[in-house]
Amino acid sequence: MDIEALKYFATVLAAGLLTGVMYALVALGFVMIYKASGVFNFAQGAMVFFAALTVAGISDKFGVSLWIAVPIGVVVMIVLGFLIERIVLRPLVNQHEITLFMATIGLTFFIEGLAQLLWGSTVRTLDLGIQDVPFKWLIDRTGILISQFDLIAAGICGLLVAALALLFNKTKIGRALRAVADDHQAALTVGIPLHYVWGVVWAVAGFVALVAGLLWGSRNGVQFSLTFVALKALPVLILGGFTSVPGAIVGGLIIGATEKLAEVYIGPFVGGGIEGWFPYVLALLFLLVRPEGLFGEKIIRRI
Amino acid sequence: MKFRFTRLLAVSAVAVTTALSGALASAQEQFVPILSYRVGPYASGGSGFFGGMIDYFNLVNMSGGINGVKITWEECETEYNAARGVECYERLKKKGGGATVVEPLSTGIAYGILDRVGTDKIPMTTLGYGRSDAANGAVFPYVFPLLTSYWSQAAAMVKYLGDKSGGLDKLKGKKIVHLYHDSAFGKEPFPVLEAASKQYGFDLVKIPVPHPGNEQNSQWLQIRQANPDYVILWGWGVMNAVAVKTAARVGFPREKMLGVWWAGSEEDAIPAGDAAKGYSTMTYNTPGNYPVLDEIRKKVYGAKKGNLEDTSRIGSVYHMRGVTVGILYTEAVKKAQEKYGKGKALTGEQIRWGYENLNVDEAKQKTLGAAGMFPPIKTSCQDHEGSGAAKVQVWDGKAWKALTPNWITGDRAAVQKMVADSSAKYAADAKITPGCMK
Repeated sequence: MDIEALKYFATVLAAGLLTGVMYALVALGFVMIYKASGVFNFAQGAMVFFAALTVAGISDKFGVSLWIAVPIGVVVMIVLGFLIERIVLRPLVNQHEITLFMATIGLTFFIEGLAQLLWGSTVRTLDLGIQDVPFKWLIDRTGILISQFDLIAAGICGLLVAALALLFNKTKIGRALRAVADDHQAALTVGIPLHYVWGVVWAVAGFVALVAGLLWGSRNGVQFSLTFVALKALPVLILGGFTSVPGAIVGGLIIGATEKLAEVYIGPFVGGGIEGWFPYVLALLFLLVRPEGLFGEKIIRRI
Repeated sequence: MKFRFTRLLAVSAVAVTTALSGALASAQEQFVPILSYRVGPYASGGSGFFGGMIDYFNLVNMSGGINGVKITWEECETEYNAARGVECYERLKKKGGGATVVEPLSTGIAYGILDRVGTDKIPMTTLGYGRSDAANGAVFPYVFPLLTSYWSQAAAMVKYLGDKSGGLDKLKGKKIVHLYHDSAFGKEPFPVLEAASKQYGFDLVKIPVPHPGNEQNSQWLQIRQANPDYVILWGWGVMNAVAVKTAARVGFPREKMLGVWWAGSEEDAIPAGDAAKGYSTMTYNTPGNYPVLDEIRKKVYGAKKGNLEDTSRIGSVYHMRGVTVGILYTEAVKKAQEKYGKGKALTGEQIRWGYENLNVDEAKQKTLGAAGMFPPIKTSCQDHEGSGAAKVQVWDGKAWKALTPNWITGDRAAVQKMVADSSAKYAADAKITPGCMK
């Protein structure tokens, strides 16, 4: 392999890893909810769209800066999280998992419609002030192309993971969250308010959706297709495990890197366009070997 | 008893009068089902397009209708979903005395109802999308890919890129990447581009983007590696803005990109921000303002009957396309009225004849307040497209501006031969005997 080919390989790999971080960001929202309540939240993609559109809508319609629109967006997402718990999930406590899953499917359509009802269907821009151009000095020195935006997004994702780790491990609510995640019934018997904890989890997932929405919205424009980014989170979750925050990150990195490498190096031999389905095939193969994912909890049932 | 009889007579008289007046009223109206999409992934384009159509219909009605015949319509939400579009079509086709045209703005829906419109005798227009070979009216009598089809557009693209290079012969040895939405839509121009590649000697590199195209790092790294002279962007939806932004990310000049017209609206350029500056696309509408748009602003929006919530979107790319559909429908009806009776409400079958004998030249466009808004069009049985011309527009950071002053037409003879061959094959497969309707 000559040096130019090596540089190209490094560029593709770096782009894949950084894109994977963006996928992981969306996957984190799923993990939060699944970990605490066992619900696979089908509406996570819709929440990403809702969050981004709310911030962009407030900023555009009321002419306020993002410094004001983003905190309002945070409040909106936290309120939304608590409302979902109160109106949708609480009446379904003790119902079968598939019932809760179906409820989140309904929630998806509701949130998508509500977002467009409130803010219209116009495509909006969201300028976070981060330039989406390559680092010039890095190209000049190494020949490897890395986007400033992707690198900063990865940094933000790292901060978010650190904050979530602190929340889970160092706070009282975090301990309650972990207790509920481990065993609902046991948590209830020691006096942990289950509904409040679930409300907090949905609110945190709403916040994660907001961060993902801001970054993806800034990258692609705030439009309905933001709901589709959730599709890439699914193989990430299968690979990393539905209950693990580090799993979401590692899964994201693996999916991001392999799909890009596959598209660039295998794609041309099979007509291209394989990165749409390649992550799913990879996840499927992985399921055969390790059904609980890389970091997921192994479920052992007495039969 | 006498009182009862008189009352019965009076009631009957009122009933008969009401029924008659209703019949007379409906005789002066023509129905258009609007299979719109105002929610869902493509709502931003749909709201502008169908808003433009309705705005023009309102303008016509406020000006007395088409020789006194008012246009009525009902919307049905498709969300750009083909199955739902077919359902909407079936639900509305017999309403209001029967549908007189259908314009779904969706290739999927257009394919879904392609056979049905022939059976139901309702003309279907597909401006700038759908089957390119439907331009042959002898095989597809009820389908009208008016103005320009995908094949004509691809031919015009080659012509433009040739001109930009200093002549078609200068394309020899050049490399053109066709970056396309990995679907039937993205593959539609293959025959034209492949034939042109052979004819003019340029290297055609085809790179697919999986739906929806919200991540294109690997495609653009391949493009950067291939270092092409031009990139044709044949995209739809979010794919367009992401392509433009990713081009900027890998340092590919936007001036070397040429988008399909579905990649050339405000909805495609604005989300790309500064990266879209200098990016150009094909278009079948010349961007700008027109007297007809001013009239819509004054009369329709002045009377609070405007369809767009945001009035700054009047004259936007999608809105103007909708207005164009409205103009062509009105002109087709006027033409059909010349044959079937001025001021009479017509059937879809009769309006089909109007579409097949359209002639909206520059002089006519001027009288409509739309001079140069779309290419002059003259249809016939063999040519349901009627033009085949397009322009190139460029995004200046705030709005689209015409880059080419004149309409561009590619190798029309080659495209027409492809249309003839492909439609003949379709006719053979579907056991249709080609023939022009009277």
